[in-house]
Amino acid sequence: MVEGGAHGYWVVLASLFTAAVLAVIPLPAWLVWGRPEWIALVLVYWCIALPHRVGVVVAVFAGMAMDLLEGAVLGQNTFALAVLALLSVALYQRLRVFSLWQQSGIVFLLIGIHQLICQWVQNLEGVGARSLLFLLPALTSALLWPLVLHTLRGLRRHYRVA
Amino acid sequence: MVAGLITADLHFNSLDRTRALLDTLVTPVYWVADIPSRLSQWQETHIVSRGTLQEDNERLRRENLILEGRTQQMASLQAENIRLRALLNSTALLRDDVLVAELIGVSPDPVRQQVVLNKGAGEGVYVGQPLIDADGLMGQVVEVSAFTSRVLLITDVTHAIPVQVNRNGVRAIAEGTGSLAALEVHHVSATTDIREGDLLVSSGLGGRFPVGYPVAIVTSVERDPGHAFARIRAQPTAALDRSRHVLLVFTAAQGEG
Repeated sequence: MVEGGAHGYWVVLASLFTAAVLAVIPLPAWLVWGRPEWIALVLVYWCIALPHRVGVVVAVFAGMAMDLLEGAVLGQNTFALAVLALLSVALYQRLRVFSLWQQSGIVFLLIGIHQLICQWVQNLEGVGARSLLFLLPALTSALLWPLVLHTLRGLRRHYRVA
Repeated sequence: MVAGLITADLHFNSLDRTRALLDTLVTPVYWVADIPSRLSQWQETHIVSRGTLQEDNERLRRENLILEGRTQQMASLQAENIRLRALLNSTALLRDDVLVAELIGVSPDPVRQQVVLNKGAGEGVYVGQPLIDADGLMGQVVEVSAFTSRVLLITDVTHAIPVQVNRNGVRAIAEGTGSLAALEVHHVSATTDIREGDLLVSSGLGGRFPVGYPVAIVTSVERDPGHAFARIRAQPTAALDRSRHVLLVFTAAQGEG
């Protein structure tokens, strides 16, 4: 049981690392505003799939890493992802029985909230966006949700993470 | 807790050391994210036809010849410059040392114009160090970790650089706009002699950037009688979104830092 648990955590960490890499990989200029929030997507999935193991604490550490990677104020992503994880853990029972596109809708809302919090902290710093474009990642992330769900579900079943 | 963290990082410098340490921990992510561009670069350098190589070689030889021809007079001009400066009782200009660095990451956040370099504290990089590429000034170092450093580009909305017009020495401040293609020159009165096509070079005032590196070329000047100041936009000369190989400049005053 303990061994299985450690094994499972390895998959979670690997998926978060991959998400972090995708989050900093250079994109063409016309795509930068629409970059999906990979870390948030992966985190939402694990919060729904393993609410007893992945939650606010994991979110805080992932958020810290993202702050450092983005060169953002320490706490911006930490706060946003912690709120995201809290909401997902609170909603997981409902989310599990939703259809795929209903889930996408909720993911859109969750990541929209995440973006709003990031924007709020950035405005404290004085570098916030001047248009509503900062909400675009919520849309792209929601559209990518089915893909992320199937990939991670496949991984989870293959490695028997529980 | 998070509110405390945000306040601490935003308003005090006490977290700088911690940040530098934690930055070192997340460096692997940048290394992995950089693999695709390194692969394509490898492919460019290793899988090239003989013809292309010969062409390149020919072109570089020609360029080298031209550059050598231009530098012939450098030595005497420099000596003359130093003599004249001595006559004027001003300090001699020192040639700056540089360190070649490679760009390994770009800030994923579109509101931040920052890049990450593959040189860090180990190579003597320090906060405030200027960064240039082949065509002009790019920005300054804002964070240094053990193996990488983060550079704020001159086009970031929080960045401003003291400049002067190369043609007549008029001084101004160029601020970033958040777009890679434009700087804005603020608080220049409508009667100031500044025109489209003027080259703005760093003025060295403020002591952060060395004197005389090209910064931007003025692209538009609007003189609206309704406003106290002219509206001037300029385009950075450095290839901010294309350069991969860049130079960190060690200025004489801060080189030990």
